[in-house]
Amino acid sequence: MGLALVLALIVAPEDADQGVSQRIFYIHVPIALTAYFCFGLGAVKALLLLWRGDERYDLESYVAIHQGTIFGALTLITGAIWAKASWGVWWTWSSNQLVLFLVLFLFYCAYFMLRFSLEEGPRRARSSAVYALFGVALIPVSFLAIRLAEDFIHPTVFTREGPQMSGSMFATFVVSWGAVTLLAYVLYRVELAGKRLDADLRELREALQ
Amino acid sequence: MTYVADVLALTRKDLRVELRGRDTLPAMLLFVLSTLVVFHFAIPDDAGDNAAYGLLWVAIVFTALLGLARAWVPEQEHGVLDGLVLAPCDRSAIWLGKTLATLVFLLAAQAVALPAFVLFFEPLDATAIAGVLLADIGICAVGSLLSAMAAASRARELLLPLLVLPLSIPLIVGGVGAAVSPDGERFLLFLVLYDAVFAVLSWASFEYVVTE
Repeated sequence: MGLALVLALIVAPEDADQGVSQRIFYIHVPIALTAYFCFGLGAVKALLLLWRGDERYDLESYVAIHQGTIFGALTLITGAIWAKASWGVWWTWSSNQLVLFLVLFLFYCAYFMLRFSLEEGPRRARSSAVYALFGVALIPVSFLAIRLAEDFIHPTVFTREGPQMSGSMFATFVVSWGAVTLLAYVLYRVELAGKRLDADLRELREALQ
Repeated sequence: MTYVADVLALTRKDLRVELRGRDTLPAMLLFVLSTLVVFHFAIPDDAGDNAAYGLLWVAIVFTALLGLARAWVPEQEHGVLDGLVLAPCDRSAIWLGKTLATLVFLLAAQAVALPAFVLFFEPLDATAIAGVLLADIGICAVGSLLSAMAAASRARELLLPLLVLPLSIPLIVGGVGAAVSPDGERFLLFLVLYDAVFAVLSWASFEYVVTE
């Protein structure tokens, strides 16, 4: 993570068009990709839960989506800062990616509302899992919807011809991406361990009573 | 064939309950008409013609929410859902029956709301009406599943709009696009795609939501 910051802030050449503000790209985009990854992971675990019926996947799915929502909120914040720096406004509806993240953020906030208002048990696990699966179906559908609804101002960095950046910029990007993914993974393990400890403790307490 | 018979029997049951109790449909009708009147005062005169179409969609989504919030109430009050789950039929038939019944209510409300909209605001062409019908299918399919989830929770009616609104954003894009865009067919195609994806998903996952 430290190496990524050094690379992003000092080593990578400045963007000719956007100047220093472009450097937030190395944080913003990896965070966004990691958030997608977490949502995807949550949905895979949800599918496994419905398929195999193993309780363990419920917690894993929940923690993955929790991480995804945190990274999603960070994407919105860094996106707003970048928008302010390069377009002069904190929020713009013409940026498809940001609008998509706002929709997803609202969707996954509702996931937590649903989860915390259901009684604990297999039914809650399955309802949450079904909702998480709706989420991954919503990502491409909303993306298409927003594409249909909006004009295209957002800079598209990845096209079919490969990434549109110089070698050192790409290397910085990859290191940043790796660092953020690692951070997400560590957070995921830590939260999962904490939640499991919590559940074990509760079981112990109930056994003692 | 028994599957279709099960679905139709469940739909008929919901329609008959509504016909006897008249709990939902009058409320939906009154709500959508009052909303349209509120919109007349909410849109400034210089807002442009297209603003009315956007507000029509807000009215449609919230009217559907009103119907969906009531969808599982009779089942909840009398413990019918447990009986239905135990009945020897495919559980997805319960979802499909409820979806069809809610769709009938929504269409009935719109049979009044759309002429009223044309009368009060702007004309609607065939593409716009096709958009409304396709979006109705989508919102009822997704909504009857989410409503079953919400009905099992402590928050109940409070939770339903939070669950449904993010999922209905693509429907609103499709519906408004079909009404205002010169290239409306593209949006209709998108609505068909949405309906297909989410109807299959709801149909397949309903069983997990209602079983203990």
